[in-house]
Amino acid sequence: MNLHNSNMNEKKELAVAALRNGTVIDHIPADQLFKCVALLGIESLDKSVTIGNNLQSRRLGKKGIIKVEDTFFPDDVLSRIAIIAPSAVINIIRDYEVISKQPVRLPDEVIGIVECNNPKCITRNEPMKSRFRVINRNPVTLSCYYCEHELSAGQIK
Amino acid sequence: MNNSSIVSINDLSKQDILSLLDDAAFFEQHPDSKILDGKLIATLFFEPSTRTRLSFETAVNRLGGKVIGFSDPAATSTSKGETLKDTIKMVANYVDLIIMRHYLEGAARYASEVTDIPVINAGDGAHQHPSQTMLDLYSIFKTQNTLDGLTVTMVGDLKYGRTVHSLLMALSHFDVRFNFVACPELQMPEEFITFCRNNNIRFNISEDFNAEVINESDIIYMTRVQRERFSDLMQYERVKDLYNLHNAMLDDSKPNLRILHPLPRVNEISQDVDDNPKAYYFQQAKNGVFARQAMICRALGITNFRDLIK
Repeated sequence: MNLHNSNMNEKKELAVAALRNGTVIDHIPADQLFKCVALLGIESLDKSVTIGNNLQSRRLGKKGIIKVEDTFFPDDVLSRIAIIAPSAVINIIRDYEVISKQPVRLPDEVIGIVECNNPKCITRNEPMKSRFRVINRNPVTLSCYYCEHELSAGQIK
Repeated sequence: MNNSSIVSINDLSKQDILSLLDDAAFFEQHPDSKILDGKLIATLFFEPSTRTRLSFETAVNRLGGKVIGFSDPAATSTSKGETLKDTIKMVANYVDLIIMRHYLEGAARYASEVTDIPVINAGDGAHQHPSQTMLDLYSIFKTQNTLDGLTVTMVGDLKYGRTVHSLLMALSHFDVRFNFVACPELQMPEEFITFCRNNNIRFNISEDFNAEVINESDIIYMTRVQRERFSDLMQYERVKDLYNLHNAMLDDSKPNLRILHPLPRVNEISQDVDDNPKAYYFQQAKNGVFARQAMICRALGITNFRDLIK
């Protein structure tokens, strides 16, 4: 997590705000920001990354934001964000222009990302992928495809 | 994955259920035949359940099929750490149908995904037991001649009892009014109450197993209140006898009332009820064979059995 500051003559604020090419994930609830960071695998990226948290937001009260230079995440990675931050918005930046601004979208099924919280579920006892149906999008509620236990947003690990 | 597996009662449409009930009635008239001649069926019981296994094996044997399987997983490779997937794939090489009981929830769904052979769920943990639900439905249908316009009273442990949950879901296809009679600790879970509200299903929640509730019922579905469900044993002692049925309580009940119980019972139905013609739990168990014969033929895709028997 290094602050993007390649040109020391520029003001820091400008360096943070300006992104030539890359992805900006905005409107993340403040308490979910670091979970999003982990889900995106940002720790292992060598690109410039800016992370802001507890910023004022009319919609969320306090929000987090993640900016990653020269990186465009595949849809299945972005859909993971939707599980924990259904309000998040993905901005794609090219040449300082926002060329796409889309809310994250949770697919109808979530496979292999979330663990079922029922210890007697087959998915917790066999070497297999978990699988959930999305039965509510905001707040997120998932139903295990196998044991049919429901997971609410707060229970998702 | 195949479509003829029967994993959950919720996979069956109203039409599927009616068709299975019709088939069960046919098998009650023709319990012995050679419909399954040449078919080999596995009963894999990863947890013991003598009653269910005997019922399924009776159903197969009376239709002329053959059975292989195990009733004690300690004697199988599961105890050596073999995965469920490997066990199922191995057995699927040998048989036409797998009937399985497992202690883990969702096991039958997973098994049905890893093989092309149809799978019938004979109980997966606290999750689903569709053949129990089908025999309950068949018992109600047979004794009332309909599944519509009935008042069904469920008594005892409505929180953990998977049989009452599955029966509630299956009966939601029909015009049924429910009484849920239990102590607050063991009442029907909120998700099923919400389901009833969302689907305009009429229900009444009662802590008191009284004459008013009994006398308006067409079906009373008794379940056992188990000591191990209570963290507070004082609480168990307080409620353990509140949901017991005695013969005298049936004096003013409706003539068509029948008492059901998934068995085994302990003392929640006293012995003096057994001789009352309204006691139906032993016939209910017998109906299980016919309901299972219908499910086995459906899973195997055998639809022309009426012609085969003529």
